[in-house]
Amino acid sequence: MEKTFTISVFTENSVGMLNRITIIFTRRHLNIESITASESEIANVFRYTIVLKTTDEQVNKVIGQIEKLIEVLKAFVHEDDDIVHQEIALYKVKMNHASSNELEKVIRENYARILAIDPHYIVIEKTGHTTETQSLFDKLKSFGILEFARSGRVAVTKPMKELSQYLKEIN
Amino acid sequence: MNVEKISGAKALILSLLHENIHTIFGYPGGAIMPIYDALYDFEKEINHILVRHEQGAIHAAQGYARVSGKCGVVFATSGPGATNLITGLADAMIDSTPIVCITGQVSSHLLGTDAFQETDVIGISMPVTKWNIQITKASDIPMAIAKAFFIATSGRPGPVLIDITKDAQFELFNYQYNKCHFIRSYNPLPKIDLNKIELASQLINEAKKPLLLIGQGIILSGAENELKTFIEKANIPTASTLLGLGALSANHALYVGYLGMHGDYAPNIKTNECDVLIAIGMRFDDRVTGDVSRYAKQAKIIHIDIDQAEINKIIKTDVAIHADAKMALQELTKLVDINKHESWLQEFKDAKKIEVDTLFENEKQNYTHELKMEEVIKCLSSITNGEAIIVTDVGQHQMMTSRYYKFLNTKSNVSSGGLGTMGFGLPAAIGAKLGNPNKQVIAIIGDGGFQMTLQELGTILQSKIAVKILILNNRFLGMVRQWQELFFEKRYSFTEMISPDYIKLANAYNIEALQITEKENLEEGILKMLQCTSSFLLEVKVAKESNVFPMIPTGASVAEIRLK
Repeated sequence: MEKTFTISVFTENSVGMLNRITIIFTRRHLNIESITASESEIANVFRYTIVLKTTDEQVNKVIGQIEKLIEVLKAFVHEDDDIVHQEIALYKVKMNHASSNELEKVIRENYARILAIDPHYIVIEKTGHTTETQSLFDKLKSFGILEFARSGRVAVTKPMKELSQYLKEIN
Repeated sequence: MNVEKISGAKALILSLLHENIHTIFGYPGGAIMPIYDALYDFEKEINHILVRHEQGAIHAAQGYARVSGKCGVVFATSGPGATNLITGLADAMIDSTPIVCITGQVSSHLLGTDAFQETDVIGISMPVTKWNIQITKASDIPMAIAKAFFIATSGRPGPVLIDITKDAQFELFNYQYNKCHFIRSYNPLPKIDLNKIELASQLINEAKKPLLLIGQGIILSGAENELKTFIEKANIPTASTLLGLGALSANHALYVGYLGMHGDYAPNIKTNECDVLIAIGMRFDDRVTGDVSRYAKQAKIIHIDIDQAEINKIIKTDVAIHADAKMALQELTKLVDINKHESWLQEFKDAKKIEVDTLFENEKQNYTHELKMEEVIKCLSSITNGEAIIVTDVGQHQMMTSRYYKFLNTKSNVSSGGLGTMGFGLPAAIGAKLGNPNKQVIAIIGDGGFQMTLQELGTILQSKIAVKILILNNRFLGMVRQWQELFFEKRYSFTEMISPDYIKLANAYNIEALQITEKENLEEGILKMLQCTSSFLLEVKVAKESNVFPMIPTGASVAEIRLK
């Protein structure tokens, strides 16, 4: 049965790391739903967060192959219940005096933020799960969305041994 | 302190010497010229073998590594030089062979500009290397070389590629070399979980019908003696994969044969009858397992492998031991009981008799005066006493060799297993001869595979390599033809093959050669080949349409192995 998995990969900071990780998915004909990368809590250790829809069996094989990469320190796989995750979405919406009251209501009700206002458009920010950012998208549609961008998932885990602990165990 | 600065190119050579490398297979070109220029001063220390194609260089390095246990080293230039290595890299990757490839690259300011002979070799080689790195500064060369050898030779071995830009080869710096023994993100020698060893020993001690499957992992970890001690104590019948052949002598009383698609009848059918299946240093390749949904379902499975990713990849295990084979066998031997499995071992003998009788019957029915591949291999095996190093190419002759050559020694069987690379045989045999010069090295090759890399006859000529070449010429791509016969209604689509005159060809390279067409000349011909002190080519014309049996057809289970 296919499920949504969030994979966290901790790596050394070296050229080509993203490519090394993604070809493992390509080889198995797996499509990555989203991917983000940033430095982790440890200097020079990078954290990749990858969202994937697949089976338990397949995801475990993928993790095995990722951990086999020389510069990967550790890879974890999580289901949604094990993590706190978030995405950020930006909406550039047409400015229209006739509808401004209604737009304000939508922004308030959805706990969104206004980042920029221009005579012609307004930029709104919303963080949340995909369902939430998508729901705001649907509500803003009637106002005229000029541009829309949504980030990949970032996530931290609920119960997990700290990475520094793993590093100690390896050393 | 005033240290003399040296070039990146010279530093590379000194680094290789530091790693005790004295044999390199390579081919020069524009982007690696500074390295070749540095090499010019090290003729005494380094034996550089000039091949005729970069694919030949890497296959030779593989043959060298497989028989010597050392790391094979390859030099190639950028662009086409580097891309010609890819097949060999993929082969070394899937067959766990330690190789370090050094490729030249265009100068760093030209990277990404489509410069002459520029190719993204890091990107191209990423999926077929254990590790790769591009170096743009001379000062990074010693560190990269040290890491490369550590990574290539430790854990599950594999190929590594270092791409060095031309400017880094020229650049001067203060050279200093430190060997690498540790990379924090890489754990080549996992700690053994002794609880798992205990669980495994319990299963083995309770087993009535245990079966052990060994792979190349035994050879790579140097566990041949530990294996013998273990099986002799617990009295376990032992079968081998293609790459494991020779890890246990074919004459050993507990050796029950060769696994897989064209393997022996007994170990294949007994896989689906044993109660405990122990797999060590093997990866349940599909050519070994047949249909996995009907593979050893009745048995408890113990899998010992140094590569964590292999565990539960194909076959779900009951006890998984992530460890080096040698260490695991030492621990396991302590805990297993001295045992006897006489009636179970008798079952293997009975099954073997069925195979021998059926194959004999087949042969009687299909008797012709033509020579058969298996006759040639059997004759070679008995004349050499199973003591030669045998290098095969890929196809029917490879399966016949694996079936009928009695490998008595470890590191005496070199074959392209996982990738099945036709053209592997000749260059790999060149490397094998250099890796173990005192042994008779015989390349057994089909007419198809030989024509893929026959340019390496030039390497044999120039470097005077006393390798013996046995061509089994059936004028067909035999294995594909066999499948066409069995599964494609004898529609022989592009498998019939014309060969050049191999005797003339060999003579053109100053290699002595002989052709055999009749049975009565076979033994004499083989003797002549073996007695020759330099290289020799023996062409044997074998039956055009002959099949390799037994056979597990694709999609069938190991128990459904066909004897005819």
